[in-house]
Amino acid sequence: MLSRIAESLFWIGRYLERADDTARILDVQMQVLIEDPGMDERTSCEQLLSVMGVEGYTGNPNRWMMLDLLAHNPDSPVSIAAAIGAARESSRRARETLSTDIWAAINTTWRGLSTARAMRPPDMFNWVRNRTAMISGIADSTMSRDDGWHFYMLGRSIERVDMTARLLSTAALASGPQVAWPTTLRACGAYESFIRAYRGIEADRQAAEFLLLDRWFPRSIVSSLAEAERALGNLAASGQRSGFSDEAQRLLGRARTELEYRPLADIVFDLPVEMERLQRSCAAASDAVSARYFAESEVHTWRGGVMI
Amino acid sequence: MDTSELFDGYGPVAGFDEMFEGTEVRPSYGQVHTSFETMGADEVRLRADSLASSYLEQGVTFGVEGEERPFPLDIAPRLIEADDWDHVEKGVRQRVLALEKFLADAYGPGELFADGVVPRDTVVTSPHYHRVVAGLEPANGVRVHVAGVDLIRDGNGDFRVLEDNVRVPSGVSYVMTNRRALSAALPEVFADHRIRPVSHYSQQLLAALRKAAPAGVSDPTVVVLTPGVFNSAYFEHTLLARTMGVELVEGRDLVCRSGRVMMRTTQGLEPVHVIYRRIDDEFLDPVQFRPDSALGVPGIINAARAGHVTIANAVGNGVADDKLLYTYVPDLIRYYLSEEPILRNVDTWRMGEADQREEVLDRLDELVLKPVDGSGGKGIVIGPAASKAELDELRGKILLDPRAWIAQPVISLSTVPTLVEDGIRPRHVDLRPFAVHDGDDVFVLPGGLTRVALPEGELIVNSSRGGGSKDTWVLARPSDPDDEGEIAPTASPVSGIAQSAGPALDTDAGEIHVQEQEQQQQQILSTDRPPSSSTGEEEPTC
Repeated sequence: MLSRIAESLFWIGRYLERADDTARILDVQMQVLIEDPGMDERTSCEQLLSVMGVEGYTGNPNRWMMLDLLAHNPDSPVSIAAAIGAARESSRRARETLSTDIWAAINTTWRGLSTARAMRPPDMFNWVRNRTAMISGIADSTMSRDDGWHFYMLGRSIERVDMTARLLSTAALASGPQVAWPTTLRACGAYESFIRAYRGIEADRQAAEFLLLDRWFPRSIVSSLAEAERALGNLAASGQRSGFSDEAQRLLGRARTELEYRPLADIVFDLPVEMERLQRSCAAASDAVSARYFAESEVHTWRGGVMI
Repeated sequence: MDTSELFDGYGPVAGFDEMFEGTEVRPSYGQVHTSFETMGADEVRLRADSLASSYLEQGVTFGVEGEERPFPLDIAPRLIEADDWDHVEKGVRQRVLALEKFLADAYGPGELFADGVVPRDTVVTSPHYHRVVAGLEPANGVRVHVAGVDLIRDGNGDFRVLEDNVRVPSGVSYVMTNRRALSAALPEVFADHRIRPVSHYSQQLLAALRKAAPAGVSDPTVVVLTPGVFNSAYFEHTLLARTMGVELVEGRDLVCRSGRVMMRTTQGLEPVHVIYRRIDDEFLDPVQFRPDSALGVPGIINAARAGHVTIANAVGNGVADDKLLYTYVPDLIRYYLSEEPILRNVDTWRMGEADQREEVLDRLDELVLKPVDGSGGKGIVIGPAASKAELDELRGKILLDPRAWIAQPVISLSTVPTLVEDGIRPRHVDLRPFAVHDGDDVFVLPGGLTRVALPEGELIVNSSRGGGSKDTWVLARPSDPDDEGEIAPTASPVSGIAQSAGPALDTDAGEIHVQEQEQQQQQILSTDRPPSSSTGEEEPTC
């Protein structure tokens, strides 16, 4: 398929997942702020903004500023509004390859954004989760399992690893983990699965283990890494190039085995640092995918009628 | 609201109205009129609103200065009777065939110049005449793969040709989307009529494009070439690519290698054989035309010249769209086909001819003056609506470059009932039927794009001037066989297989009630919480 379209699909997957996960992270953060008496609003918001990679804001961070930067403000590149806008723009550029259903679902989400932004924050987050789930559902049932699908899934999985890592960092930073972990599990829609898997026993360590390592839960980091590797494997298999030299696959595979083969205690000892490392692996993998599959689509420039 | 209010205040209509003859409803519109009256104003508005919102959700838009706007679709359909359509269809086909022969001749032997049909100057001085493609023989002889011929109905209800578009005519996507949207909005009205389908257009186009592939290519790769998302017709480009199942490419996706055109894919470069381009000539190849164009593909003309790729529509077709050439088309039909023109032109004066120019300059305030290479209503001056200063400026322009202008009488375009603020009112319409030439036959899509001027009295019906559109129904005769492309419903009922069910559920209401009570009891006893927590609401965080 066209490199440019492949790139669009990859980013549709990433942006939609990002909108979904940002809503989840904010939901946790807002709940923690309300429920955790030991929480200092300013520190907590500062920590979250830093985990989300926001820098250069002015003034003392509070929940309203956090909501503006991470949810509402379309000019803030890490906001939900920006992610939905970018997903819609990528979809428009790949319009001919998307089914009408999936395009209409994305377009309607984008059009509904201004209404959603007027809602109470928990309602808006709920709306974002529902809309993105609906789009994933339509994609799942209407997209052919061709390269386009694999690029979409690759983008979605890489983003999910990256964002779940950020989510875990915020949980680890909360002052009272007894509040943070159940809320984090809920944000991932993992609470019930977790309770069932561990027969009702709750502990921070198990919660971290579940979200990091569970092979059966689809939002865990290891599951998402495996999903990304599968997508890459499918893409490589359908091409003529051979060998196991795919850089992205190597990076993701290494990140996964480092999680799976090291003692859990090592990983949770300094979770934020571990999670940052994981995010760097995701960024490097994303670059490697670009270099291998999308480089052909780069805009070329003209000078005096000669291609440079 | 009173049901009759909808059409109150409709007449009297000055020119030719397609639904009403005086105060009488024409027979062909009888059922539509009755249906609307029966529905009543409120219901009609409700459906019009849902129509508009469905277009917004689907993103059926066109671009104006880079901004996406919803494409307005009026709820009242326009009907064309079978006999009228036959006439239009034959006329459009005849015109396309004559223009094909003209283009082949003008870029080839030039016999028409020798025979004095059209002055050589008229053609070679056109800004759209491209010497670079002279002598380039298209693969199956087709240059006009797609044509959009703009028609109007005059005061007598006769169809007349306003202009030909054989470069990159747009709008066919709205013909297809309008049909689907309107049949969803007015299912009962739709069911009352036998309407010829339009959904198979893309397959006709794809077949024609495949037939235009370079010699020796048995399974050609066809692509649609778009200038990109900021183009006003981007929606159409995506729809055509999607419904043909081909790639939609931008210039930067293509590259020429040793006289062949390749596209950049995730698996490397892959060959392209037929390019349905939606980019104007001037932007197509920076090597041949504008060196600053980043929309095109350098070397694409050479690849076409080498016979490795087909560009559709052919480069240089613009000479046939030139409004000065338009005035010669009836002569071209007689010259190339030895037939009389089926569809008449609008009367036109050529400003390049002194006696005609004199006459027009005396009557500037009565006529419509059009620049010959303008499109989309650009530069048109409507005499009766222009100020003295504007007319003086126009006079200066005409004297400076007479070849650049034609004049036509003000024609009162026909009107069709249209839903506006006050109810249903007459509004001016035109019609753009679309034709596809595959080398053997010219297929004319039944209907076409009806554009409607929404402001009262407005005569220019462009989308960029706040124009809307109408679904255009070509009625089939009762004796006509079902059209190709329409899937006939199966006659025999399909015998079903029983659906599987889950575990047996107790349906005895009394027993369920008892169970419910017991379960709630149980809950109160064991958890000391109100029974509402069993309904699935989220519990507060522990």
